[in-house]
Amino acid sequence: MNAAALSLRARLFGSVGNTLLTLAMLGLFSAYLPALLRWAVWDATWWAASPAACRAAGGACWAFIHEKLRLVLFGRYPFEEQWRPLLALLLTVALVLAGSSLRFGWRSVVAGGLAGIVAVIVLMRGGVLGLNLVPTDLWGGLPLTVFLAVGGIIGAFPIAIGLALGRRSELGVIRGICVVFIEMVRGVPLVSVLFMASFMIPLFLPGKLQVDALLRALIAITLFSAAYLAEAIRGGLQAVPAGQEQAAKALGLGYWQRSLLIVVPQALRLAIPAIANLFIGLFKDTSLVGIVGLTDLLLATKQALGDPQWRSFSLEAYLFVALLYVAFCLFISHYARALERRLRSRG
Amino acid sequence: MSAVAVSPVRAARGWSDPGFRALATQVIVLALLAGTIAFLATNLVGNLEARSIRTGFGFLWQAAGFEIGQSFIAWSPSASFGRALLVGLLNTLVVASLGIVLSTLAGFVVGIASLSRNPLVSPLARLYVELVRNTPLLLQLYLWYAVLTQMLPAASAAPQLLPGVYLAKSGLHFPVLQHGAGPLLAAVFAGALAFAGHGFWARRRAERTGMPARLWPGLLLLALPIAAVALEHAATISFDVPRPTRFGFSGGGMITPELTALLIGLSLYNAAFIGEILRAGILSVGRGQLEAAAALALSRGQSLRLVVIPQAMKVAVPPLASQYLNLAKNTSLAIAIGYPDLMSIGNTIINQTGQAVEVIAILMCVYLALSLAISAFMNWYNARVALKGAS
Repeated sequence: MNAAALSLRARLFGSVGNTLLTLAMLGLFSAYLPALLRWAVWDATWWAASPAACRAAGGACWAFIHEKLRLVLFGRYPFEEQWRPLLALLLTVALVLAGSSLRFGWRSVVAGGLAGIVAVIVLMRGGVLGLNLVPTDLWGGLPLTVFLAVGGIIGAFPIAIGLALGRRSELGVIRGICVVFIEMVRGVPLVSVLFMASFMIPLFLPGKLQVDALLRALIAITLFSAAYLAEAIRGGLQAVPAGQEQAAKALGLGYWQRSLLIVVPQALRLAIPAIANLFIGLFKDTSLVGIVGLTDLLLATKQALGDPQWRSFSLEAYLFVALLYVAFCLFISHYARALERRLRSRG
Repeated sequence: MSAVAVSPVRAARGWSDPGFRALATQVIVLALLAGTIAFLATNLVGNLEARSIRTGFGFLWQAAGFEIGQSFIAWSPSASFGRALLVGLLNTLVVASLGIVLSTLAGFVVGIASLSRNPLVSPLARLYVELVRNTPLLLQLYLWYAVLTQMLPAASAAPQLLPGVYLAKSGLHFPVLQHGAGPLLAAVFAGALAFAGHGFWARRRAERTGMPARLWPGLLLLALPIAAVALEHAATISFDVPRPTRFGFSGGGMITPELTALLIGLSLYNAAFIGEILRAGILSVGRGQLEAAAALALSRGQSLRLVVIPQAMKVAVPPLASQYLNLAKNTSLAIAIGYPDLMSIGNTIINQTGQAVEVIAILMCVYLALSLAISAFMNWYNARVALKGAS
């Protein structure tokens, strides 16, 4: 027997405990795996368009996804116009990838980002260039989830940099304000911040100024993620060697030049893993906007399940949406790791 | 500012004087903040008047008039809004504390399983962690709620998990103590006190004399009062066991499907994170420590308990604390599956009274207080863990 097989045998049956564990796992697999495979694959209905066919087959009803895919992905957005959210989604993803790739200078990133935001809003909302007007309360599904996550994190960056610098400021008043904001927001659940935005923003603004529900949720998500992002950036700031700031001071740079040109860029690079984790958390947390009535990917799925004929196939629907989330989140974390590697190799 | 103001060639005046600039900046920021708050407050007063919404906390003493699905204190719709918030707070605290205990237990299993050398166990744990960490908690709650309410059989065909414990569409049914619960609870309490007291004394003695602290006398102290009460009241102690009937269960205690789904979802979600935290903690303990323990002829169990775990906890406690904070805040997702926690009862009250400002202020303060309490406790525990390692 070769070494690999010997080591495998030792790891499977090396001790009494391990042997028992192996046997228990084998028992578990043999008890549940065949039933699971039968449900998910062999007895599953893949294409039949009727729920009755699904019930007859007895397995999973993947036909639900086939039947309701566009409702799940785009919510209540008008059916014939759904190429617009699809295009806007692809544009957003492309812009985020280009912007975060660190291949372009910050001027072109900001300019491209602003142009992209305008393009996405025009595409989604319409009302100009011969596109039909689609009010924001009809936006939904995967594009809404991505817009909220991306919009939230982009909007949070300037606030978070300000808060992180403010928390390290020598000016007591400014430090105090930043600490209170960060700790208060981090101490309450996102749901309560969303509630606050949806109930209280209309009360706090002058009667004529109305903010639409989507924007209110975006404000809540932005402020919420700014508090967490500020702490991630503060971690990065602490890791920038003090010599960097001292050298900048010796060159005669003022506070803002030192901070924004020398210290913050290095802090952001150091904070990439933390920022990626935050972004993944934010991407998942956007699902909470469903609680204040915005049709994100998850609420769109729930609404698709509202069809009484298909109601009993919620497990299949949720598993499909879970796979979508897993794919997005794994992509984000792998991309962030690749980014880190590239930065390190560049030195 | 002293570092900046070192030996100016000539006294700087006005804006170029760092001290003046610092003062002016702070005054301007404060003025801006005060101005914004005043602007918002004026709008608020105007808007509340225009919509004829009452203000103040008087509504807390008015009759609520709605039903609450689950309550650990007496509740009737004629009770006040204030009491409704109290019911919600208790429901939140129950979910948070049970969730913390369950997710820690499950997290230990996940963390140890993902470190196992057994090639069947660790990949399974890794798969679990990856899948659970990358899907929204809300989605998992919906999933568990759907499984519990749609796929489980009705009472007559409900599977029996343990003797007398059934899981059915209507919730989790379990036997409850009927008589003798009072003395038994008192005995458990007394036993726990004795156990803790003995543990404290034994540790002190171990530090003083070097005699090892033993666990079994404490366990004996814990078990004795309980056994005594159980024996004395043996005749009157009886369990109310749930019996499945055609229309549901009769007798026994019950946890609603909402609470069951919330507990399962929260625990399994946070277990994945806690498992990763513990794994990182254990991996942070150098190999040399284990080898040294082996060289001292400690058994595998002893080296884990005495050498690895205490050092791993030092690394693991701070992230564990923030995970517990997350869990406590995430109980607010109960609103999505209809468990009447603080947030969902607050939402109901807002819809009934329109007094969003007051209710949201109360909710935020309560959650802040809860977060502060958890982090204060974990800081205390962290200081203890850290100190032990240092001495």
